[in-house]
Amino acid sequence: MFEDLRDLYQEVIFDHNRNPRNFRVIDNADRKVEGFNPLCGDRLTLYLKMAGDTIQDASFQGSGCAISTASVSLMTEIIKGKTEAEAEALFKTFHEMTTGKTEDIQLEAVGKLAVLAGVREYPARVKCATLAWHTLDAALKNETQAISTE
Amino acid sequence: MTNFPVADIRADFPILAEKIRNKPLVYLDNAASCQKPNAVIDSISHLYRHDYANIHRGVHTLSVRSTDKFEAARGKVRAFINAASHKEIIFVRGATEAVNLIAQTFGRANIKAGDEIVITAMEHHSNIVPWQMLCEQTGAVLRVAPMNVQGELIYEAFEALLNDKTRLVAVVHMSNALGTINPVQNIIAAAHAKGIPVMLDGAQAIPHLAVDVQALDCDFYVFSGHKLYGPSGIGVLYGKQALLEAMPPYQGGGDMIKTVSFEKSTYAGLPHKFEAGTPNIADVVGLGAAIDYLNGIGMAAIADYEAELLAYATEQAQQINGLRIIGEAAEKGAILSFVLDRIHPHDIGTMLDSLGIAIRAGHHCAMPVMDFYQIPATARASFAMYNTKEEIDVLMAGIKGLIEAFG
Ligand SMILES: Cc1ncc(COP(=O)(O)O)c(C=O)c1O
Repeated sequence: MFEDLRDLYQEVIFDHNRNPRNFRVIDNADRKVEGFNPLCGDRLTLYLKMAGDTIQDASFQGSGCAISTASVSLMTEIIKGKTEAEAEALFKTFHEMTTGKTEDIQLEAVGKLAVLAGVREYPARVKCATLAWHTLDAALKNETQAISTE
Repeated sequence: MTNFPVADIRADFPILAEKIRNKPLVYLDNAASCQKPNAVIDSISHLYRHDYANIHRGVHTLSVRSTDKFEAARGKVRAFINAASHKEIIFVRGATEAVNLIAQTFGRANIKAGDEIVITAMEHHSNIVPWQMLCEQTGAVLRVAPMNVQGELIYEAFEALLNDKTRLVAVVHMSNALGTINPVQNIIAAAHAKGIPVMLDGAQAIPHLAVDVQALDCDFYVFSGHKLYGPSGIGVLYGKQALLEAMPPYQGGGDMIKTVSFEKSTYAGLPHKFEAGTPNIADVVGLGAAIDYLNGIGMAAIADYEAELLAYATEQAQQINGLRIIGEAAEKGAILSFVLDRIHPHDIGTMLDSLGIAIRAGHHCAMPVMDFYQIPATARASFAMYNTKEEIDVLMAGIKGLIEAFG
């Protein structure tokens, strides 16, 4: 029935939506930032535990659509063990991949995150995928204020 | 249902023949905005092709023609809501601008620190924020009448809020997020018994119900043309003449003055006092055409047909496991807001779109309603006179399909 959506709703996305990874609070988190998408009401709180400039642990709480839940769930997995600079670079690549600004984006560079590349064909849904990353960006910059996609 | 001419009506709306993602369009986002019949589209292009000039300011033929059409449309609006006089029909950009106009003219003139304005828990943001702005400017207080879990106003609680500090009651006639039709007759009677004027936000009610402002005895009634099969960018503020006359103007400029000198200007009479500048001439004419079109069908027949559509959709929806209807008022217009277990409304919206079905997913500019139900958003199918039972079947099949896809 939904053949046309195969690029957007891949099985990995359904899986992360059903069983989000790192869906918990980090009690002694070093960074805690809230992300909000006022267009759809999606809210998430991102927690980071740092070891020097390395992200030792990452987790989240909140509710959103399958795209945003899968995006933040995948993100918390992939950024663990990365340095701040590496995570920032990943954010940039992810942003380019989902907003479609770079045609020949290296999907290998983003690993598992490539399953979210499909959103670029759905402008109304891009922010669902990028909310997590904007929140991470704020956390890495040590901002504590809630961020909003609008 | 059998004798409602839905096939003929559909044939009058060219966009309904569009294919969306290679599927026939099933347009169920009418509460956000309705589609337009040929009569409306053609009236606008006819005006621009044959009759257009600025209004109220020329002696030349086209200006006269344009003015006549513009004022004729005002007459159509007057008759449509049964206002006592054309002077009570003010053209604005939409319901939102109308509420802001009332807040900034009637409100600024009559509402002082400590005074109270009463709204309900199911208002659209456009009937919340303008009052909050007024409260910030004046020190007045906004009071919110609560609703129950069916999405019905708790009438006794509303009545209990009315007191000798209440200066205005502003309530939605029909809720866009829930479909609830409020007991406006009782609300108005209760407020008037205490000498309090009442504004009704008719943005949703106007395409679904026959509205008679004199029978209602409301003091203000506001609505938007685009939800009434008319153009976007045009709306109506109805106000009782005595109230409008006592109110200061909203914006200053051309068309709203009698005389201007650098010492002092005097204002035009109603309705022009509130219509500064060149108005949205073509869309006023388009709104008039929409009203003619609706009169040709009859609001009572439309209301009956839509009630059948809603009953059918509700019955079908109730049979879907994991679907919860948000808004189950006994008095309800043709809106089906719902949530699905573990599936976010945005995913519902995207998945249905891939089947050609347009619904709204979001907070519907009613975040307090979402907070009340402790949900971030709902999916909303809203019906119009051109929708069919077959389209509801397509919607329900889509919902069942996506529940399965999500697993
Ligand atoms: C109940 C209600 N009031 C007011 C409005 C505002 O209408 P507009 O955006 O056309 O000014 C809407 C439109 O969404 C509505 O549904």
